[in-house]
Amino acid sequence: MKKLILALAFVPALVFASEGGYRLDHAPIVPTDQLSLQAGAKTFVNYCLNCHGAQFMRYNRLTDLGLTEAQIRDNLVLTDAKVGDTMKVALTAKDGKAMFGAAPPDLTVVGRSRGADWLYTYLRTFYRDEKSPTGWNNAAFPSVAMPHVLWTMQGERSLQVVEDEEHHGAAEYKWTQLTPGTQNEVQYDTTVRDLVNFLVYMGEPSAVNRKRLGVVALFFLGILFIFAYALKKEYWKDVH
Amino acid sequence: MTRLMTAAWDWFDARMPSVAEEFRKHASEYYAPKNFNFWYFFGALSMIVLVIQIVSGIFLTMNYKPDAALAFGSVEYIMRDVPGGWIIRYIHSTGASAFFVVVYLHMFRGLLYGSYKQPRELVWIFGVLIYLTLMAEAFFGYLLPWGQMSYWGAQVIVNLFGTIPFIGPDLSLLIRGDYVVGDATLNRFFALHVIAIPLVLLGLVSAHILALHDVGSNNPDGVEIKKIKGPDGHPLDGIPFHPYYTVKDFAGAVIFMMIFCAIMFFVPEMGGYFIEYNNFVPANPLQTPAHIAPVWYFTPYYSILRAVPPLFNSQFPGVMAMGISTLILFFLPWLDRSPVKSIRYRGTLYKSALAIFVVTFLVLGYLGTEPVTVWGQSGAWLGHADRATVAARIFSVIYFLFFFLMPWYTAIDKTKPVPERVTM
Amino acid sequence: MDKTRRNLIIATGAVSAVAGVAVAVPFAWSWWPSERAKAAGAPVTADISNLAPGELQVVEWRGKPVWILRRTKEMLDAVKKADDKVSDPKSEVPLQPEYARNEYRSIKPDVLVLVGICSHLGCSPQQKTAEAKGEMGSDWAGGFLCPCHGSKFDLAGRVYKGAPAPVNLDVPPHMYLSESTIVIGEDKKGA
Repeated sequence: MKKLILALAFVPALVFASEGGYRLDHAPIVPTDQLSLQAGAKTFVNYCLNCHGAQFMRYNRLTDLGLTEAQIRDNLVLTDAKVGDTMKVALTAKDGKAMFGAAPPDLTVVGRSRGADWLYTYLRTFYRDEKSPTGWNNAAFPSVAMPHVLWTMQGERSLQVVEDEEHHGAAEYKWTQLTPGTQNEVQYDTTVRDLVNFLVYMGEPSAVNRKRLGVVALFFLGILFIFAYALKKEYWKDVH
Repeated sequence: MTRLMTAAWDWFDARMPSVAEEFRKHASEYYAPKNFNFWYFFGALSMIVLVIQIVSGIFLTMNYKPDAALAFGSVEYIMRDVPGGWIIRYIHSTGASAFFVVVYLHMFRGLLYGSYKQPRELVWIFGVLIYLTLMAEAFFGYLLPWGQMSYWGAQVIVNLFGTIPFIGPDLSLLIRGDYVVGDATLNRFFALHVIAIPLVLLGLVSAHILALHDVGSNNPDGVEIKKIKGPDGHPLDGIPFHPYYTVKDFAGAVIFMMIFCAIMFFVPEMGGYFIEYNNFVPANPLQTPAHIAPVWYFTPYYSILRAVPPLFNSQFPGVMAMGISTLILFFLPWLDRSPVKSIRYRGTLYKSALAIFVVTFLVLGYLGTEPVTVWGQSGAWLGHADRATVAARIFSVIYFLFFFLMPWYTAIDKTKPVPERVTM
Repeated sequence: MDKTRRNLIIATGAVSAVAGVAVAVPFAWSWWPSERAKAAGAPVTADISNLAPGELQVVEWRGKPVWILRRTKEMLDAVKKADDKVSDPKSEVPLQPEYARNEYRSIKPDVLVLVGICSHLGCSPQQKTAEAKGEMGSDWAGGFLCPCHGSKFDLAGRVYKGAPAPVNLDVPPHMYLSESTIVIGEDKKGA
């Protein structure tokens, strides 16, 4: 018991140091861009939803993206799920663990736990690594259990890390394209941007609406303040 | 219409005159000093936040499930599937932090103007009790979303009790009701959070206000307004709380609500301080997140805990230090030996001590949110220790010195003469 | 009271009242069925290709039993004959969509779709076929009996006179996707 507290109190540093250290790229997402979100949703259901679930996200919520229920049913529901169902996945946690060594996490709120920049960097920094069981590794998430699912688009790449002697860390990352993918770098970045945009949307579907409502609330409170302040001034004439 | 309402009120008043009596006693004929400044908004604001938390909390319980298998999902259910659920949840999560913001500012007001000093010792003691109860309330509530930070935060804090010699291990087992933080823990924390602690809180808040209204409010000059009364028997420097302070506090409350809404609608996570990013990962008893830190309002004390090195192979001294750092607040009325209350008439010693204390509290708070490596390692002359740990140790000592040396520096401090009447 | 003050109090009070209502909205709103409840109460599809004449099929919709009865020629005649024994023969009380407001209370005369919940106090009536004359009386031509308080309904879900139930059984919104597929809970105008 005591050791646990000690461990938690004094060594988070050790765990921290092992986490990548790769500089995150800024994700150029636009949460109000419905075309980007639709493209991201398409990539998500085609590539991610085979292993990862989004068990709190309902298909029909995608009407937020400017789609009708019929369009969602025809284009985005690839299983026998109903349009009102959540995005569950057939792969069980146990099977996932057997296949990849770790159960693929649910992705409903991954946009909130990881953040857009991390996701954007992570999905673009896979590289070939013979030592890894899947043959893939990742610069932002070293020793990740997930293989590079989007590799047909990006193609295969290799990574060479040049150590910086002085600062005990990676100083330079040298990427080499081994085989070409179906998309060039700009196209692939766009694909990932759309996917990340969608993941962030899915993390909090009400986010755009929330800000809109916030403007109304603040405007209204501003009006209320004018009256409240006038009332205060009027009464405090007695005191001053 | 007006006549009907007057008649209805007269009918009511004839049968239950105590409602009008209490209103007179606590509002329309409660004479408050007329020189309240900015710092005097936060008491009323705390009451408002209390109401906000109770109402939004009641509505959250309508959809939340205190079950380890369902809790995380039920919060997301509230955020997505319940109509307007996200508004209610964000009100409650923003309210939790807002509560501590206003309470900390309210307490700082006490330090500024010596509001804890005779004859208001009881008001202060009830206030400290409210603060401690509020920390318990926040701690129990923080487990409920059942994310990684909820889980590991609860694990660590429950284990703090485990460090108490002899009874510790059994005590933490008793608190958890399981060998790890589990379903039983979640269920009892839920009960404590939604009903037990709020009842205590309401009782303490009533006691705090009753005690205040018996002795009367302090003010930025630290002058007792009751000493000089006019021919009508009311303090010359006092004005009825209602309507003067009701309209003033109302205007202040609107400003507060604007800040509240700005956070709630635009940055509900407040950069990970109000809602931590790792709490969007469901609780996993087998994997501690890389960096865990308590929510911001606990971090000054967490820093003190981390600063104390284990002694005699036990973390208990650190826990003790943390406990003392909160409990010492109770003794403030007797530690302060200054003849004056307000900072306006105190000397340089107290002014500097308070300024250093505020900086100390903020730095400890900041360090508590960061891993100990945040400032890198010091040179060989300090044995290659983490700079942040060294800093936390120094500031922890300063934190205690503020209180332990108070009888000395307040007694020798050069004070200025206090005026007879309040200044505006 | 001073006039300026009174006006200011009224104005501030009015704006505050609007604010109070605005705050109350999300709280009251949260009591409407959630997306999960709506998904669970989504329209259901029933396949009636194997439903023989005279047979009853039960499907669940919004947690309630929905009966699909394929009526025979005799059953339809029995409905006509019951006109003077039921309290609302012309279905004037709007318990059915417009397209089912006819003699047989159905889109197609032979296929009856009913919510199997008694209009009295919410029990689920049981089917009593024409064979149950011993129990239901010699002129019983088939229909439904509520076990709770004995309300009787004919083969179009119309309540017999003198029963505790005040009105006929509900016909839910429904439509045909094909000859043998019915969607319950959704119709063309609501789609």
